[in-house]
Amino acid sequence: MKKYNVSEQGYYGSFGGAYVPEILFNNVEELKNSYLKVIQTEKFQNEFQGLLRDYVGRPTPLFHAKNLSEQFNTTIFLKREDLNHTGAHKINNAIGQILLAKELGKTRIIAETGAGQHGVAAATVCALMGMKCVVYMGETDIVRQAPNVARMKMLGATVVPVLSGNKTLKDATNEAIRDWINNPESTYYLIGSVVGPHPYPDMVAGFQSVISKEIKAQLKTALGKENPDYVVACVGGGSNAAGAFYHFLYNEDVKLIGVEAAGKGIHSGHTAATLSVGSAGIIHGSKTILMQNEDGQITEPYSISAGLDYPGIGPVHAYLNEVRRADYISVTDVEALEAAIDLTKKEGIIPALESAHALAALGKLKFKKNEVVILNLSGRGDKDLETYTNYLNKINYAKQN
Amino acid sequence: MQNRIDALFARKKQDILSIFFTAGFPNLKDTGLILESLEESEADLVEIGIPFSDPLGDGPVIQDSSLVALKNGMNLNLLFQQLKDMRVTVQKPVLLMGYLNSVMQFGIEKFYRQCAAVGVDGIILPDLPLEEFKMYHQRITEELNIKVVFLVSVDTKPERIKQLDEASGGFLYLLSSNSTTGGVKGIPEQFHSKVSVVKNSVTKNPLLIGFGIKGQKEYSQACEIANGAVIGSAFIELLTRSHNFRKDIAGFTSIVKTKLIKS
Repeated sequence: MKKYNVSEQGYYGSFGGAYVPEILFNNVEELKNSYLKVIQTEKFQNEFQGLLRDYVGRPTPLFHAKNLSEQFNTTIFLKREDLNHTGAHKINNAIGQILLAKELGKTRIIAETGAGQHGVAAATVCALMGMKCVVYMGETDIVRQAPNVARMKMLGATVVPVLSGNKTLKDATNEAIRDWINNPESTYYLIGSVVGPHPYPDMVAGFQSVISKEIKAQLKTALGKENPDYVVACVGGGSNAAGAFYHFLYNEDVKLIGVEAAGKGIHSGHTAATLSVGSAGIIHGSKTILMQNEDGQITEPYSISAGLDYPGIGPVHAYLNEVRRADYISVTDVEALEAAIDLTKKEGIIPALESAHALAALGKLKFKKNEVVILNLSGRGDKDLETYTNYLNKINYAKQN
Repeated sequence: MQNRIDALFARKKQDILSIFFTAGFPNLKDTGLILESLEESEADLVEIGIPFSDPLGDGPVIQDSSLVALKNGMNLNLLFQQLKDMRVTVQKPVLLMGYLNSVMQFGIEKFYRQCAAVGVDGIILPDLPLEEFKMYHQRITEELNIKVVFLVSVDTKPERIKQLDEASGGFLYLLSSNSTTGGVKGIPEQFHSKVSVVKNSVTKNPLLIGFGIKGQKEYSQACEIANGAVIGSAFIELLTRSHNFRKDIAGFTSIVKTKLIKS
């Protein structure tokens, strides 16, 4: 049987590993040696499960979206991660890692954020645990995700604007890693996706795996069988997809679909569809597929969605793509915007722009009548209202003229 | 032929001054002139930085120099072309320093063969893991007599220092635990005792202090506790200001090397 989990050395096939400067060796090693031990203790599990239930509000519902099902002539369930406290799946991982950071005796938390959902999640758990929180965020993203910046500040976090590169998620991650290099003793780096040096990708996937665990139980109750035909999720770094795929990886009949952001089109030069245009290399401490030129300089990605605007992808996805266990497709800005508007009208749910990419993929997949499709609705769209409103105004203006 | 880094340390054990600059900065074709100026100066070793788009281990000064160099059009092919005839005029040891991704995309074996062809003596790749070195870099670098220099931090555990010392060639690069490049000014007091702990585990290589050296004062402090030191960010700042590399580089290294008179 094929193996989809991380190896003891921290690799998924040839992807993964820990490519970090020596200064971070102790930190990464400490984490590697302790994370499985700590997470498996009863004390940790009690605290983690308790917080997921009473603080985050899990389990999140699995909603049979009848109108959407009718439109695509199949059976579609939405996994409502948007109903989590703070409005996205990011909180699952933040809770897990803050408990681990506490166990390791760290006093200061740093995080990177793109859409701001991970930044908000990190700021939230830091407020809860009384820890100091510094969030790095690209200046471009600070502008386009302003509501989340205000939330982080109210939660007591320091939001540091990052001015390098395109001033987006990649640059925020660079700056967070530099902070970590400069403060390895006191600081815990709370990474928000299945990226970074081993053991982060495996640890984050593990904390997010609650998503697929619940899907199995909920489907069993709803339909009497725990496996769907499809699981569809958007992929930037890929944490919500990793969590939604996790418990289905070895059920080979379940088709796993990851959806990347094509931006203005894969070949437009303005894209974040890493697996379509990227090649193997090293980014943020991990060997994976990334967007780069022939000299190995990382190229700037583009997507309307701050959470998917990233030139790399988690090593687990690079591997699942290579061995064809999951299929990765991409949708453009406009397709995602249309899908968001569509879901809002049909089901009364305003999705995050990131999740809207997964929704837009529904139109590109060929479902049979009685198939069961799980769509991981990773976050809610409050933060994107300005983008949606601008788009709607533009369409209305075009219609009138 | 003996490796030039080994030859240097064979005849000189103390007060080693290594100078780092970014290839293609401030202007694309400055690499050669800076190199020749350093040859004529009191520097003992030269480290040439391969500019990278996302230099995680570097502070603002070197980051900026990398971005300028990339905008100028610097890349590895061009750098090797610029270094093609350096051994006509430059006798000092020259190392290339950069990030693993640049080397991977160029091709690991091809990279080292080019290094050997132009006369590069050593390589520093701060994000190259030890295991990866053993698998993909050790054989070819040993074959070509190119030294791969590893980094240790003052907080690296003794057991690990021993492994890195064993793998490292030429010298060991010592960092503090709070140092993207250019981040720290001077050498803190508590560092002195930590360095002696590190030295207890280092048996094979000389030790150069690789951070926080701005000029004469920090350099002499470093020379009291290690075999020498590396100046990077402060040298890049000099290049940014300078209108006459030959004169300013000679002046800079000469001042750095002037012994402080102890009162």
